This record gives sequence, structure tokens and C-alpha cells, in this order.
Amino acid sequence: MFLKPMVMHIPDGFLSVAVSIGMWVLAAIAIVFALIRVNRDLGEREVPVMGVLAAAIFAGQMLNFTVAGGTSGHLLGAALATILLGPWAGILILTCVVGIQALIFQDGGILALGANLFNMGVIGVAVAYAVYRLFQRIAGGQKWGIFVGGFAAAWASVFVASLAVALQLAISGTSPANIAIPAMAGVHAVIGVGEGLITLGALALIYAARRDLLKIGDAQPAGSKVVLIGGTLLAILLAVLSPLASAFPDGLERVAEDVGFIETAQEPLYNIIPDYVFPGVSNEALATILAGIVGTLVVLGVSLLVAYNRRKARSVS
Amino acid sequence: MSLHVHFLDPYQTGSSLVHRLDPRVKLILAVAFILANALIPSGAWAIYLLMLTLSLSGAVLSELGVGFVLKRAFLALPFVLAAFPLLFTVPGPTAFSVGSVQISMIGLERFASIALKSWISVQAAILLATTTQFPDLLQAMRALRLPRLLVAIIGLMWRYIFVIVDEVLRMLRARAARSGVSVDASLRSGGSVVWRARVTGGMAGSLFLRSLERSDRIYAAMVARGYDGEVRSFPLPPLSTVNWLVLGGGFFVLMILVTLAVLVWR
Repeated sequence: MFLKPMVMHIPDGFLSVAVSIGMWVLAAIAIVFALIRVNRDLGEREVPVMGVLAAAIFAGQMLNFTVAGGTSGHLLGAALATILLGPWAGILILTCVVGIQALIFQDGGILALGANLFNMGVIGVAVAYAVYRLFQRIAGGQKWGIFVGGFAAAWASVFVASLAVALQLAISGTSPANIAIPAMAGVHAVIGVGEGLITLGALALIYAARRDLLKIGDAQPAGSKVVLIGGTLLAILLAVLSPLASAFPDGLERVAEDVGFIETAQEPLYNIIPDYVFPGVSNEALATILAGIVGTLVVLGVSLLVAYNRRKARSVS
Repeated sequence: MSLHVHFLDPYQTGSSLVHRLDPRVKLILAVAFILANALIPSGAWAIYLLMLTLSLSGAVLSELGVGFVLKRAFLALPFVLAAFPLLFTVPGPTAFSVGSVQISMIGLERFASIALKSWISVQAAILLATTTQFPDLLQAMRALRLPRLLVAIIGLMWRYIFVIVDEVLRMLRARAARSGVSVDASLRSGGSVVWRARVTGGMAGSLFLRSLERSDRIYAAMVARGYDGEVRSFPLPPLSTVNWLVLGGGFFVLMILVTLAVLVWR
């Protein structure tokens, strides 16, 4: 395939319904905030600038360099977009990129899109912003702050986002925490270095060609404090939570059970008649057979309709 | 020497029933199908089979062919590796053991359920993307009350993806052209990993700058044509009776399957 699927895009089927919907809500809140902010800052220029830059990040993910033995480093671009355009625009751009990848290229699921948006769009951007600003402050306006900060921001955005992916998988009961978290963290600690190096190269070129753009990124848009604090908190929380969850997978199992409990709590919704497996039938084996028959009949009906339509279409043509 | 647009766009031209279905109905049904899939408890094999039958019916109706959809659906499968450890870590009676490693029955059931679910879900997503043109999909997103601004940005992004992917391909071609290998084997070529990464970074940086300048020109062109920041769009036509029926029928079938699965297998 032309666009290599990234390890970080969770497909459908891997997250529990509760986790998926929770992530959708969190991602939606962040995106709506970002829309309002960017609209206020950029005004009528918003649509062309965000649209074209989202296309650029999407296409930029094709840029790669060989590392060794057939593996290659890629650009994800969350940090680059954030450093150059600020956190709110970064969230919007990544939202468009990740959304299109899921909807058109099946790179990540549709129900799982909320989680993917949150991991790459919100966590990736917020963490990159927090780390970059931290280095800027330490460097006190010196040149190295841009480069070291850019590298660190890119690495951290990839690394922390991968921790979030592992935690979501573990809470969904899809992957045991003590295996998923070290594995994801290990792989992405390396992938993050590639991301950091590419981001560094990009910043070096932009510093030489259009230094004013980096100055614009310096001016803090109003309300970015929220992102700064949020990004720092997310990074610390995930960094502390992950090794903890990894060391005590039982604790996470309990969370998974609790989340699972939320799902089983919905059961009365389905249980039209309690104490019966199938409405009106108390024998379990019989109920299973009945369920199978009813289900098959329903689908058979659909299939027959399909076949009938095909025949009609063929006889017409 | 430009990119073949169809290489990127997964849309397959056609006039089948699925192609002609209203994009709003298609989008809602695809999401409902994937949600239903997620709600089915693990181990409900019969229901999985029925869901697969539904997605394959869609593939047949779309006239793309079952093989086409199934082949594409495998592309998303490598992620299954994430669920692989479940085979060994879930406590329960042993199904079988390879050497000293024991594979638990419940773990096997959960792993197979996740893989199947994922495979069936992605088929619905593929059907949606291959039978719906992007502008129609944008309309459907608008109908589902996605923020208008976001839809406008995504629309413009799609318009320029092809242009900018072209640009990236030209950059990659130029880099390949510069990267000669000497006949003299003692001369190392390609530089260090860090050097290669920085070259790629330079490409990313100039791609970004060019895109920013391009967006300036696009904005100027839009203003010249009367753009004032307001995103206007035509009102969507009401759904026809057939589309309502398909939507209702689809919901009905999915609801029955999920209810059965939950009643019997939970």
C-alpha cells in the first residue's frame, strides 16, 4: 500500500464500546473548542489555511527515510504543526488528517476514530505544545530552545500518545497491560526518535528560510494556557499511570471489569423478560437454537432480497 | 508526470444499488453496522457469521465483488498482533499447548472474536469509501450535524491532497535522483541515519512552507471570487421513500441481531 498504516491507528473491534464512546466525547469537546478558537484567531482565512496545511501533513506522512534492514522512519507531524501554528490549529489539522485516514483509507476504525482523534490530535498536540514551551522557557529565547525543544516535543508527542493507545487497549480488555504498555512504549520510543529528527530538520530549514514563522509560533494565542496545563497533566498522568498499570495489571483488570460492568449494566435494556434466555423460552439450549434460527431467517431474507434484485437488474440489462 | 488521482481515491465508479443509495443513509448504516458489531459479545459465532453475510451481501450488491472487498479488508489486520498476548494471559481451561506454552480456551475465544469483529467492521468501512464519492460523503457529514466549518476545511483539504501528494512525490523522486551509489564499493553512500533524517526533515520543512504560501494564493483567489468567510451550501434534498425503507430495514435487522446475540451469549 502507498500510505503505510501506522501502528498507532486503532481499527474497529479492538476497543470496548464504553471506551470508544468515552473517547469520542473527549475528542469532540476538544475539537469544538479548537474550532471556536481558530475561528476567532484566523477568521475568514481559516478554511484555506487549515485545509491546505492538513493536506500537507497528510501528504508529508509519505516522507520517509531508511533506517536499517528495510525499516523506515516516518513523519506524523503533530509536533511540527503545533510548533508552527499553535495548539488549536494543530488539533484541527490533525483532526482532519486522522478523520480522512479512517473514513477513506481505513487507516483506523470509524467507531475507534474518537480514540484515534484523542490520541493523535489532542494528546499528541497538547503534549508537544507543553514540552516545546517548557524548553522555550528554559532556553530563554536562545536558538537552541527551538531545536532541542522541537526534537523533544516531537519525541514526547509520539511516545505519550502510544502510552494512551496501550492504556485504552488494556482497559478494553484487548491487550494485557503488562505486555501492551512496555511493547508500545518500546516501539514508539524508537519511532519517536525518527519523528524528532525529521521535525528537527524541518525546523532547521524553516529557521533558515522563514524565521518569522517561528516567531509567530512564539506569540501565545489566548487560551493556550489550557493546552499547556492540559498537555503537562496528560503527559505526567500517562507517564505515571502506564508503568503503574504495567506493574500491577490486576488493578487495570479491575478498571476493565468496572468498565465492563457499565456495559453489563445496560443489559436490562435488552432483557425484555427477565429469567428467560429468549423471550418466552426458559430452556437455554432450545433458546440458542431458536436464536440461531430467527437470526438466520432474518439474514436469509436480506440475502434473498439481494439475489432477487440482482436477477432483476440482470434481466433488465 | 503527475500522480494518477485514482491511485489515491478509493472510489470505484459504478451505478449499482449501493452506489445509488443516499450517502446519508450509507454513512449512518455503516456506523450502525460497526457499532452493532462492537456490541456483540465475544464467542457469538453464529451472529458473526450472519454479520459477515450482511457485509458480503453489500459487497455483492455494490457489484464490486466479494473478492475485492475481502482482499482489501485484510489490509487492516496486522493490528491483530495487539490482541495476540490474550491467547496466553487470560486465565481459564487450556485449549491446547504448544511445547510448554498453554493457550487458554477463553483467551482463544476472545482473540478470535476480536480479529473477526475487526475484519467484518472494516468491510463496512471499505464499502462506504468505495461506493461513495467524496463530495457526497461531505454532504452526509453535514447532514449528520458535523460543524459546518470543519466540513468546509475537510472539503478543501480533499481538494488539495492530490496537488500536495504530487508535490511530495516530486520531492521523493528528486531525492532518489540525487542519491547515487558509487561503483567503487569502498565509498560509503547514503550518509548516516541522522543525516538521512535531516534531509527528510528539510523536505518536510519546505513542503510546509510551500503549502503555507499556496494557502495564501488560494485565499486571495477565494476572496477575488467573493469569499467572505461564510461557508454556504445548498440545502440537502429530503430522503426518498426507498432510502427511508433501507435505513429502517437496516436498523431493524441490526437490532434483531444484536438483541439475539446479547440475549443468548451474554
